[in-house]
Amino acid sequence: MNWGSWSNFFAMGGYALYVWGSYAVAAGLIVVEIVLLVLRRRGILERLGGKG
Amino acid sequence: MSSRINWFKYASPQTFYPLARTLAGGFGLLAAVFCVVGLYIAFFVAPTDQQQGEAYRIIFIHVPAAWMSMFIYLVMAFWAGIGLAFNTRLSGMMASALAPTGALFTFIALWTGSLWGKPTWGTWWVWDARLTSELILLFLYFGFLALQAAIDDPRRADRAGAVLALVGVVNIPIIYFSVKWWNTLHQGASVSLTGAPTMAATMFAGMIIMAFAFWFYSIASAMMRVRCIILERERNSDWVAEHLGSRA
Repeated sequence: MNWGSWSNFFAMGGYALYVWGSYAVAAGLIVVEIVLLVLRRRGILERLGGKG
Repeated sequence: MSSRINWFKYASPQTFYPLARTLAGGFGLLAAVFCVVGLYIAFFVAPTDQQQGEAYRIIFIHVPAAWMSMFIYLVMAFWAGIGLAFNTRLSGMMASALAPTGALFTFIALWTGSLWGKPTWGTWWVWDARLTSELILLFLYFGFLALQAAIDDPRRADRAGAVLALVGVVNIPIIYFSVKWWNTLHQGASVSLTGAPTMAATMFAGMIIMAFAFWFYSIASAMMRVRCIILERERNSDWVAEHLGSRA
């Protein structure tokens, strides 16, 4: 798939809102899940007196 | 003398805890690699669709997310059922660890489906059998999480959640076969277990690789979460005190 230019790529043939809206929310939620898991682990270790 | 691996060795939270760390790291790394390759194919190898233009590129996350939403539910119900039948501690923890990730992929499937439906069907949402049963799946995950959160005793929460999870399994074949059983706006399966996929080879490859990426990610996140759950539930045990002491 040759897009020709980056602006063509980001335009997604006029479907930018739908394509990037899908990918952005999916990626964002996955990042949020990872962050919540790391924070949960840190919280547990702090409460239980471990380090790191 | 037996050279077989003793799988029951890992049936206790104490022995599984370090294994879960290895699994989380390994599958996390695999997920990242598959995601990079899958996204490269999705955006730079797969051709434009003749009918849908570039809008079809949502398929590379929509279909894998929908598959994972159903698959994780089956795995969750499997562990819940094992826990209910054999009263094994780790099984209930596994079920609890899978539920949030299952709900996540269910939401992603619904969200990307909505953003795909608007340009291709002309509507964000329609109450057809496929979409409705997938929404019910999201509510089953939420119900499982809410029920477990409402019960203080973790073993009782496991049993109550397990009953809900097992009853809800009936929804999975309904989702999967809904496009055959009813006349739905949602299209039929492009990929089936019995026939050749009805799509371009590179599109199919991108989708399968993204499905593996999501699968590996699900394993990694469930392993990270089960480690948290193990620590929370076993916090008063000697091995946790010893483990935390050795870290300090």
